[in-house]
Amino acid sequence: MKRVIRFNLNGEDIEAYAPENMTILDFLRKEMHLTGTKRGCEEGECGACTIMLDGKPIAACLMLAVEADGHSVVTIEGIMRGGRLHPVQQEFIDKWALQCGFCTPGMILSAIALLEHNPQPSEYEIRDAIAGNLCRCTGYAKIVEAIASAAEVLRKGA
Amino acid sequence: MSLPKFEYIKAQTIGEAAALAAETGDKGMVMAGGTDIIPLLKDRVKLPGYIIDLKGVPGLRQLEYTEESGLKVGALTTLREIETSAVVKSKLPAVAAAAHYVASTQVRCRGTMVGNICNASPSADTACILLVMNAAVQTAQAGGAGRVIPLSGFFKGVKQTTLEPGELVTEINIPALKSGEGSAYFKFAVRKAMDLAIIGAAVWVKMDGGRIADCRIAVGGANTTPFRAAAAEKQLIGREYGESLLAEAAATASKECRAISDVRASAEYRVDMVRVFTKRAFKEALGNLKA
Repeated sequence: MKRVIRFNLNGEDIEAYAPENMTILDFLRKEMHLTGTKRGCEEGECGACTIMLDGKPIAACLMLAVEADGHSVVTIEGIMRGGRLHPVQQEFIDKWALQCGFCTPGMILSAIALLEHNPQPSEYEIRDAIAGNLCRCTGYAKIVEAIASAAEVLRKGA
Repeated sequence: MSLPKFEYIKAQTIGEAAALAAETGDKGMVMAGGTDIIPLLKDRVKLPGYIIDLKGVPGLRQLEYTEESGLKVGALTTLREIETSAVVKSKLPAVAAAAHYVASTQVRCRGTMVGNICNASPSADTACILLVMNAAVQTAQAGGAGRVIPLSGFFKGVKQTTLEPGELVTEINIPALKSGEGSAYFKFAVRKAMDLAIIGAAVWVKMDGGRIADCRIAVGGANTTPFRAAAAEKQLIGREYGESLLAEAAATASKECRAISDVRASAEYRVDMVRVFTKRAFKEALGNLKA
């Protein structure tokens, strides 16, 4: 059965029909055509589907679309500021923190969620924040560097 | 992976949720964070006709601490809220640490401590610390007053608890640490995140000068349920603390476990790691004594 859900998606209030037995991951990709949120392991292990729910990073494959009703969801498509890349996105590019790019949207959302409540994270805190995001290409060092560097940019008020 | 068909019901009161759980029986599944349930549905391990979501029930998100009654953790309080709470970190640091050991930030932002124990995995990260802290759960029952179940009587087997059909856990109560008491939990796993414990060990200890006035040891990930190492505790209680005494007791704890072999470790290895991590947890608890 389908249900009406109302929630804020990337800053816009939306109303849509969602099947009860559909995850928010499939809803975003299939119904909203927002394919930046990646479908990886589908059991909460890999972090490729990380989105922000009310400002907190969550695995979209472990949440039903109907549970989004009344909440606020941000995906990788919703983090640009005034037509410019978010500083975390820019630093991922500048520091070569991606290769195939499949883990990148999830990594970036985990990083933004961290930096929003911890503007000056230690390396341990960065690694802990992305511990639920698997990358099979870069080996993480560049990713950690990019997040530390984005923290600096954000602190300087970019 | 698609989800099987089910009807999603968002309960508005705990009474409604308990009545629905009782009415639907085997066909109903109660959901808090959903992080354990959704993979079970995808894998068709469970095929419930109804998902009863608790997130619409008010008053289940408490995280309150007093010196008299300890910490109250509601059925909807997330593991992330527990691990990042300043009061939990300062008053019950081992509880915050155990919450942090679970999975990843993404899972802890949805998953709850109540769900972690109700799922009753042998390696549930919060089970051991709750056992040694003498925690208890408060339940609600359809058409009844609910019960208080001590954690020591909560786990029945792999993924099995002593909850009755239509009975839900509404909160966990964890006693406060008093002067001279300390606790610790160590998880031994290959990876730091998103991994299940090979074994986990928790210790609560009450010291009287150099003498161990009382202690409790719990081990998870080894047997079909987390268990108390009663013989090891008995060896320690009333004795002067010393390295050799602790080594003896840790060896006893490893003899008490009936470890399983699986993809993560052999039974023999688990048994030996119980010895090692019981010692580490005990020393950590001694280093954490409340003034």
